[in-house]
Amino acid sequence: MTGDAITVNGNPILEVRGLKKHFPVRGGVFSRVSAWVKAVDDVSFDIREGETFGLVGESGCGKTTLGRTILRLMEPTGGQAIFEGQNLFTMDSKRLRATRRRMQIIFQDPYSSLNPRMTVGAIVGEPLLVHRLAKGAELQERVHQLLSRVGLRPEHHSRYPHEFSGGQRQRIGIARALALNPRFVVCDEAVSALDVSIQAQILNLLKDLQEEYHLAYLFISHDLNVVEYLADRIAVMYLGKLVETASAQSLFQNPRHPYTQALLSANPVPDPTIQRERILLHGDVPSPLNPPPGCRFHTRCPQVMEKCKTEDPHLIQVGRPGEEEHKVWCHLYT
Amino acid sequence: MTHSNEVNQVAEELPLGETPWQETLRIFKKDRLAVVGSIVLVFLVLTAVFGKALTEWVVVFDPEVIRLPDKFKPPLSFPSEDIVPPEDLPSVGIYLLGTDELGRDVFARMLQGSFVSLAVGFIAVGISVFIGILLGGLSGFYGNVKLGIITVDTLIMRFTDVMLCFPTFFLILTVVALLGQSILNIMVVIGLTSWMGTARFVRAEFLALRKQDFVVAATSLGLPERRIIFRHMVPNAIAPVLVSATIGVATAILTESALSFLGFGVQPPDATWGNILADGKGFIFDAPWLFFIPGIAILVVVLAFNLVGEGLREAMNPKLRRR
Repeated sequence: MTGDAITVNGNPILEVRGLKKHFPVRGGVFSRVSAWVKAVDDVSFDIREGETFGLVGESGCGKTTLGRTILRLMEPTGGQAIFEGQNLFTMDSKRLRATRRRMQIIFQDPYSSLNPRMTVGAIVGEPLLVHRLAKGAELQERVHQLLSRVGLRPEHHSRYPHEFSGGQRQRIGIARALALNPRFVVCDEAVSALDVSIQAQILNLLKDLQEEYHLAYLFISHDLNVVEYLADRIAVMYLGKLVETASAQSLFQNPRHPYTQALLSANPVPDPTIQRERILLHGDVPSPLNPPPGCRFHTRCPQVMEKCKTEDPHLIQVGRPGEEEHKVWCHLYT
Repeated sequence: MTHSNEVNQVAEELPLGETPWQETLRIFKKDRLAVVGSIVLVFLVLTAVFGKALTEWVVVFDPEVIRLPDKFKPPLSFPSEDIVPPEDLPSVGIYLLGTDELGRDVFARMLQGSFVSLAVGFIAVGISVFIGILLGGLSGFYGNVKLGIITVDTLIMRFTDVMLCFPTFFLILTVVALLGQSILNIMVVIGLTSWMGTARFVRAEFLALRKQDFVVAATSLGLPERRIIFRHMVPNAIAPVLVSATIGVATAILTESALSFLGFGVQPPDATWGNILADGKGFIFDAPWLFFIPGIAILVVVLAFNLVGEGLREAMNPKLRRR
């Protein structure tokens, strides 16, 4: 299904432009701001209607911060996020609350993402009640529908979250996200906390729901296999910046950025006969508190050039005919 | 749609579970001392309510009748029916806990006092918990909002620190001396000077809860702040508040007793355990029951509240729960 992914639908549902999220580091007398952690620094991309946009990168590179800032669950430092033609970052709180109905989030940890003192029915029904979309018997009916749609027994609506397993809790989280009938869902490591057999079930559920409700996903993960299975297009993130975006097929067959190449070479393939060249990166990820000048990857890049240490790389189209989508931020391709 | 059959198969039957409160109750019941403490408390509440009824509304035990011929009668002694006027005789025909220096029935006075002590404890703690949750919640939820050069959090928490620095008991003494010594004033003053611990608890809980995914989810669902605070955060922050409130009642009862003992508390003829104790201290060798009865009552009640508080703390500790 990844082959014709690019033609899913041309209209972007979300356009992110120059997004920045910096965290102040306070210290010393009177808690003065002594430095900034640039968790997300000048990131731009589009997500189209009904597609799955995968975001990969190692832990601490800013994936989660990016996902949450887009939904304005954290206040951005700069940039724009244009959702269905409206800039989320300039909305007042009333408009924002109304817009939240059409964008949702599914969390990584199925244990902390459900209120332990509410029943499952109350958790799933609450958004409908608050947005005055249903009440009374109709609300009950909707909650039952949602629970059975995500593969739970509707009779369990009066149970509490701690009575369910991790996979079931994740389904409750999905039902809650779907309650308001959103157009766009951020899946923040949505299957990372589950074991592999449950992962497959949840991924299939997400895929089914996408077809049924024409959802667009921002699928954040560090697991390349999962992203390859689900995503139409993929962006690779390193230390707060995107380094490469491409269709899933193009990225996996022909990675351009040295970091992407290293990342893919570290991904295990379930076939012992395949001999691959393993690209080993040396050193640690530099601190986002004091990111290296020029290309942020130059301290670990096996193909580093003098230019990389001083100049920020610009976006370069590297696609051959038919894969114009392939973009990379690297001096190797200038 | 191709996978939905497989998806539906995972919905297996679950064992019948319990609500978080049922779970707390189950763990609480395992702590014998706490169960004994709560039985004492139930008994005390009943005593206080019936005491109020039987000393003021349907006067069975009159704490105010003075029988000078019958002064300093030890517990379980019979009234001198030949000297005391018949209308002043105790209606049960016996001084259960003896009489004091004016021949008043100590049992009747203790009954009346139990209501006052308990009311002071509960209302003072009610005021302190209300202020504590309000200020702690504001500080924890709206802490980052700037007011001029300082944040809401700084303002509230530094005010809390200032309040903690006052020697509370002398503050209460001063206020009561200036404003008058009514029961109401004492409740309010104790409440206004004991909210700081609760405020700090609630702030800490709110700061932790704000980062929890289910609170982030509530924001993302577009729920109003009011609902996020009262439906999602307060119920999850209430456990340590409940524990400190239980122990707070004991502290308030002690404070009220101490005030009454010093003569700054509830004024005669209203009886409280503190002023019965204060009256009795002059006769500790001649009539020790006047001193020991209220003393032991205060001890038992304070102990019971502390045991229940400790039991609740254990029962609500998530680390002790079976998952």
